[in-house]
Amino acid sequence: MPWGEFKDIAAERRLFQSRAMVMLLLVFVLLGVLITRMYQLQVVEHDIYTTLSDKNRVQVQSVAPPRGLVYDRNDVLLAENRPVFSVTLVPERVGDMEQTLAKLQGMLSISDEDMERFRRRLLEPRRPFQELPLRYDLNEQEIARLAVHRHELPGVEVSAELVRYYPHSELTAHALGYVGRINRQELQQIDPINYAGTNYIGKSGVERFYEELLHGRVGYQHVETNARGRTLRVLERENPVPGEDIQLHMDLRLQRLAHQLLDGRRGAIIAIEPSTGGILALASVPGFDANQFVTGIGVEAYRALSESPDKPLFNRALRGQYPPGSTLKPMLAVAALDSGAVTRDKTIWDPGYFQLNPNGRRWRDWKWGGHGWVDLKTAVAESCDIYFYEAAVAMGVDTMHQYLAKFGFGEDATLDVAGALSGLLPSRDWKRAVHNEPWYPGDSVNLGIGQGFMLATPLQLATATSVIANRGNWSEPRLLKDIKGDLSVDEVLPSATHQSIELENPDDWEFVVESMAEVMHGSKGTARGAARGAPYRMAGKTGTAQVFSLDEDEEYDAEEIRERLRDHAMFVGFAPVDDPQIAVAIIVENGGSGSGTAAPVARALFDAWLLDFKKDDGAMVVGSSGEGSN
Amino acid sequence: MADGNLFNQSARHPLLGPRGIWSVLHIDPVLLLLLLALIAGGLVVLYSGADRNIAVVKAQGVRMGIALVVMFVFAQLDPAVFRRWAPWLFAAGVGSLIAVILVGVGAKGAQRWLAIPGLPRFQPSELMKLVVPMMTAWYLSRHYLPPRLRHVAVALLIVLVPMAMIILQPDLGTSLLVGAAGIFVVFFAGMSWKLIGAFFAMVSVAAPLMWFFVMRDYQKQRVLTLLDPQSDPLGAGWNIIQSKTAIGSGGIDGKGWLQGTQSHLEFLPESHTDFIVAVLAEEFGFVGMLTLLGLYLLIILRCLYIAAIAQDSFSRLLAGALTMTFFIYVFVNVGMVSGLLPVVGVPLPLVSYGGTSGVTLMAAFGVLMSVHTHRRMISA
Repeated sequence: MPWGEFKDIAAERRLFQSRAMVMLLLVFVLLGVLITRMYQLQVVEHDIYTTLSDKNRVQVQSVAPPRGLVYDRNDVLLAENRPVFSVTLVPERVGDMEQTLAKLQGMLSISDEDMERFRRRLLEPRRPFQELPLRYDLNEQEIARLAVHRHELPGVEVSAELVRYYPHSELTAHALGYVGRINRQELQQIDPINYAGTNYIGKSGVERFYEELLHGRVGYQHVETNARGRTLRVLERENPVPGEDIQLHMDLRLQRLAHQLLDGRRGAIIAIEPSTGGILALASVPGFDANQFVTGIGVEAYRALSESPDKPLFNRALRGQYPPGSTLKPMLAVAALDSGAVTRDKTIWDPGYFQLNPNGRRWRDWKWGGHGWVDLKTAVAESCDIYFYEAAVAMGVDTMHQYLAKFGFGEDATLDVAGALSGLLPSRDWKRAVHNEPWYPGDSVNLGIGQGFMLATPLQLATATSVIANRGNWSEPRLLKDIKGDLSVDEVLPSATHQSIELENPDDWEFVVESMAEVMHGSKGTARGAARGAPYRMAGKTGTAQVFSLDEDEEYDAEEIRERLRDHAMFVGFAPVDDPQIAVAIIVENGGSGSGTAAPVARALFDAWLLDFKKDDGAMVVGSSGEGSN
Repeated sequence: MADGNLFNQSARHPLLGPRGIWSVLHIDPVLLLLLLALIAGGLVVLYSGADRNIAVVKAQGVRMGIALVVMFVFAQLDPAVFRRWAPWLFAAGVGSLIAVILVGVGAKGAQRWLAIPGLPRFQPSELMKLVVPMMTAWYLSRHYLPPRLRHVAVALLIVLVPMAMIILQPDLGTSLLVGAAGIFVVFFAGMSWKLIGAFFAMVSVAAPLMWFFVMRDYQKQRVLTLLDPQSDPLGAGWNIIQSKTAIGSGGIDGKGWLQGTQSHLEFLPESHTDFIVAVLAEEFGFVGMLTLLGLYLLIILRCLYIAAIAQDSFSRLLAGALTMTFFIYVFVNVGMVSGLLPVVGVPLPLVSYGGTSGVTLMAAFGVLMSVHTHRRMISA
């Protein structure tokens, strides 16, 4: 310290102390700044940050209600919910995204669509540590494979949600319909609050009609989450109200039988319980597996279904509009009798053809040479066209329209069947409006045997047959039988709109029913072969509908064309005659004759419903009461 | 000094009182008590900040124990020893900084460590927090005070050379602390106010130059984020938004120990290291913050007092500079966590988890105790 001795020690100390005072002042000022800052954050803006902190920590999650289940009349489950697993990624925890995706592609089948959607979402803004779905509906092997390789796949998780499942979908797809992911259009129509947690909505059938009932009400939970979005605990929960479980009139056994009877062919079967209007079977064959539509069907699979010449996606029972042909004759017989156009005893000579005026066009009978002398009962039993040509001309279009409308033709008379079409019931006004032509008498002649302009769906034919079985009493066709919860069916089901058909002489019902019984049991009945040996009496009417043209875009295949140009085989009927428990309408496309093809199908359905199932039900009742006593 | 009782008799009359046990141990009991209170309180907050991980608390306890030993060892050395060794330590320090640049090891793009076989890894820049003020104090105390312009210039050179080398690592936080320690020495030495004014003018010119030529992108990002944290709420702004939310939601008396949702639910990043003060603010509220800052203030007051009554210029300058460096730690850390300053990676002294800075800080307090307890029998 060469100069130390000469330094003014006291002066240096004073200098230091004055500087120290400045520093002390600085310390106080800066600490003052910090304290002011803390005061600002913790006292003045405390509420703002408390809100922010709670918003951070507490999230309101919507809890989707479990969708109501659907049972058949015997409590067989038709639609249930099962957990579906999807694989999700948390990008923040995935080390090398490309490598991870490549690994996952090796383990699961990931379509280009899935991959593209995932990459798009990856680029969108989102919360840190939010899960992004990569693929839905993993199968068990895939879940197992992911579990095995879990340690090499950080940030990859498997999550579960409840998704609709139809255990008998091939049989029930057309009746039940299906749910699918909510699309953009539906998104604008649904209540956004109630559907906050829901991904699926009824697209068709029962699922669509009873969407509100089956969906239930959304629930909420306030959950505490960490920064990774992981739920740590539930703070508060308002449980969702599950959708109502419903029971249909449908009997799965009859439904299955209907499918078996039409197996390998194209057609539709509707079976109705006349007393209730309950639809026991609604089959459109071929069917399809609606489960593929729930989580989203692939392009290939959809093309295969939609482009199949058998049109499996087409609901023939509700939307197939066919000329009813001779199956319309019982309804026309009722009209002719009640309007006075014919009497029970009126007899005509059938030479095999009919002419409006001499030298005019000849309308032929289906039977070469004609039926000879024919009365009304014979005309129904043997399906004499000439008799009905004459009756139709006698009635005129207005009378026929009036009566046929009472039977539900030309309208959707169902209560809760989504997507049912109205067919076509022609009238003078209709022809003027659509064709800009007057109604010609020849049009009436055609209508007299259910041809010409007239179109009806199998469901409409079954409905009209059921009205005859009920001797004029209406019970509109319906699917819903019961609601398992507190709601009563009446609160949910649209109210009936049809009045019973009152005839001048109510006994005419029995006469027409008897004429239909003649079809089955008479010595010359067109369907006598189908009724042979039956221990009960049944009523019916056969029919054939001509196939007029071929769609231009259908591929030409000589064998197939020949097959597809054949007439549609049709049948309507009910049994037993005195206490009708089942009414059916059957159409077998290109099936040939109603008597040869369609009537035996009806017989099989009647036997099953009236004989076989009754036996089974007896056994079931015993079984279920045994369970109940436990 | 207002606190008459706190700054006790032995300090006020060092030459008259009996040589007590504290003088023999070269420990200042007042400062020790305040430090122990801070360390103990820090461990309590750390337990919460580390999400009840007792292993973290134990590790920090061991580190603090080592730091106390280091403090004790430094306290035994006479200030004259530091003065004598200052040039050699400085030379060694600069040498090791060069070595870091050449052969250093590190992580995350920064090269800060020196691994010499047989020795534990150490961070030369950390050492410079002590050595730079020592060297500056040594140089300036060799001359009459206040220093002349050329002495100031040389002193600033002594400060700027290691600072620049640390910036190159790059480690902005440590570089600023090292620089501050040296500048404080120059200030305490009596650098004229004109020069100080000129210095600030220079800084305001240098700042834009630094921005364009020296600062790395991540450092620029920190400054930009400070100015507008909402501009990048999920990225760089996340830290500041979350720490402000933690502090603000604490309110006057806090959410309670271990009850902080921001830290325990992982919203608050680095909750046991640089951002630990947010945990304290969330769980103990404004009252807790006043207590913490009050404790720091008492430590600083005690240290400035020790500096003020030190016997020679070297001790005064060194003690004063180390004290103010300690305060800068506190101010920068609390300032950055509460969103007043950019996030520069300065820990909360003696509370944040992490060893190196704790040991350096306690060594500095050892120096202060040495200054206070090695008094020569000369009349004032």
